[in-house]
Amino acid sequence: MTTQAGAAVTTAVDQVDQPPKTVKGNPKWGDWILRFVAALVLLYLFLPIFVIILFSFNDPQGKFNYSWQGFTLKNWADPFKYPALTDALKLSLNVAAVSTAIALVFGTLVAIALVRQRFRGKTAVDTFLVIPLTAPEVVMGAALLTLFLNLNWATGYSTIVIAHVAFEISFIAMTVRARVRGFDWTLEDASMDLGASPTRTFFKVTLPLIVPGIIAAAMLSFALSLDDFIITYFVSGSTVTYPLYVNAAVKAAVPPQINVLATAILVISLVLLALGTLVRRKQVT
Amino acid sequence: MAGVASSSRQRSKIAPYLMILPALVYLGIFFVIPFFTLARTSLSSTGGSVFLPTLTFSCDSATYAEAFSHYRDQIIRSFTYAGVATVLCLLMAFPLAYVIAFKAGRFKNLILGLVILPFFVTFLIRTIAWKTILADDGWVVSALGAVGLLPEEGRLLSTSWAVIGGLTYNWIIFMILPLYVSLEKIDPRLIEASKDLYSSNTRAFRKVILPLSMPGVLAGSMLVFIPAVGDFINADYLGSTQTTMIGNVIQKQFLVVKDYPNAAALSMVLMVIILVGVLLYTRALGTEDLV
Repeated sequence: MTTQAGAAVTTAVDQVDQPPKTVKGNPKWGDWILRFVAALVLLYLFLPIFVIILFSFNDPQGKFNYSWQGFTLKNWADPFKYPALTDALKLSLNVAAVSTAIALVFGTLVAIALVRQRFRGKTAVDTFLVIPLTAPEVVMGAALLTLFLNLNWATGYSTIVIAHVAFEISFIAMTVRARVRGFDWTLEDASMDLGASPTRTFFKVTLPLIVPGIIAAAMLSFALSLDDFIITYFVSGSTVTYPLYVNAAVKAAVPPQINVLATAILVISLVLLALGTLVRRKQVT
Repeated sequence: MAGVASSSRQRSKIAPYLMILPALVYLGIFFVIPFFTLARTSLSSTGGSVFLPTLTFSCDSATYAEAFSHYRDQIIRSFTYAGVATVLCLLMAFPLAYVIAFKAGRFKNLILGLVILPFFVTFLIRTIAWKTILADDGWVVSALGAVGLLPEEGRLLSTSWAVIGGLTYNWIIFMILPLYVSLEKIDPRLIEASKDLYSSNTRAFRKVILPLSMPGVLAGSMLVFIPAVGDFINADYLGSTQTTMIGNVIQKQFLVVKDYPNAAALSMVLMVIILVGVLLYTRALGTEDLV
């Protein structure tokens, strides 16, 4: 997912729990054509994914895994054959975890302030948080690079984390805000009326209410960080993250292990998504 | 954190500011200031070697003149490609979003999940997959050649259409989701009412569904257009030297040629055109619930 993804995904996912509503009426010819077109578009969305999975079983002859040569399982038997690829993936996971942890603190605090508090300049803060979501990534990356250049700050791990935190804050703030809006906050008053201290109220009432939103935001932020190429490309120096490794591979050699790891990540996210849905269902019932 | 727990009756005045401060300071340093350093760099001149370039502020705006005269083609191309890709996204996303919102019934959540799923694979790897699909010896080229849609020796890869196709594919999700959200909000009784009042299907679509889905169309087109204009991956992987976009130039000038002032000027130009475009576009279509 690229950076702009978050807002759209969050709003769509928030709608999911609503009961299905269907316009009544007998399906007509136009209806079937519409369904057919929709099915074609869905197929189009999956076409590259099929290719990626298929080519993880390919046995390429040259350096590039671009044309089909024959079926093999050896790529799956040895997914970590290229240490540079594995290291890049590890670094990306590290950057995603560290940057998400930092951005989570900043973003959640802002989100809670926006939902819970009334203060002067609230609308301005709201608008300000949306701007990073609409700036083109190439300009954001370039602008950050000029900052580091002007400060004579060598680009590398630290600058990558800084850049990722910068684009994650807005996503986290927006996601948490969307999730906690409309909660019954009088529960906090109730807890304190019953003699709980503010600290106890925070840990026993407020935190449990906002945790699902924070988890959703953290997952989104992690995914965005893991996938970011354009901004990272500008501020990485000679440090190589997973997307940067893939990009370098396109110029030199594309081993099928790239497809193996991509397929594995897809399957893992699917499992996590399914687990998340199950947990949410349980909470609701 | 005390501010969170304080009740609505005894709310502290400075608590909200303490809570927003860290994020605002961070974004101030690493989002706002960079745009000033970008502007400053665009007005500087470089010295030193390619390996250790030095920047001196000189208030020299020649970089802007050069940006326009040298890279006019790339600028026009970027906006054309992104514009065509946005229209294609809209044309493909609308039927799908419509079916999910109104016709999917109990399969709605499943289809929504399926729509999001492909985007769990890194964007670069998906683009590499398109390279395989559109390859000269691939089945798409031979199939199109067999039915006469593509001339002999005709190719898909390295053409403008490959780049536009890649841009369309990579950002169509940002069209589908906002469109779905705005269609989902439409009360089906409004459509039934229009039919009760003897409007045809087409008329009901034109007079009820389309106007009510406008916020989704607006948000979706911006979410597709803005990243597509600045993209350089699709042009790099699927295009040729004839299809370079402004993102390719900015990236190359910054990271390969290291002509920072020129690259910064180009970035400023790109950003200003997008800002003006977004303002005009939202002015024309209205700005209610953009996010």
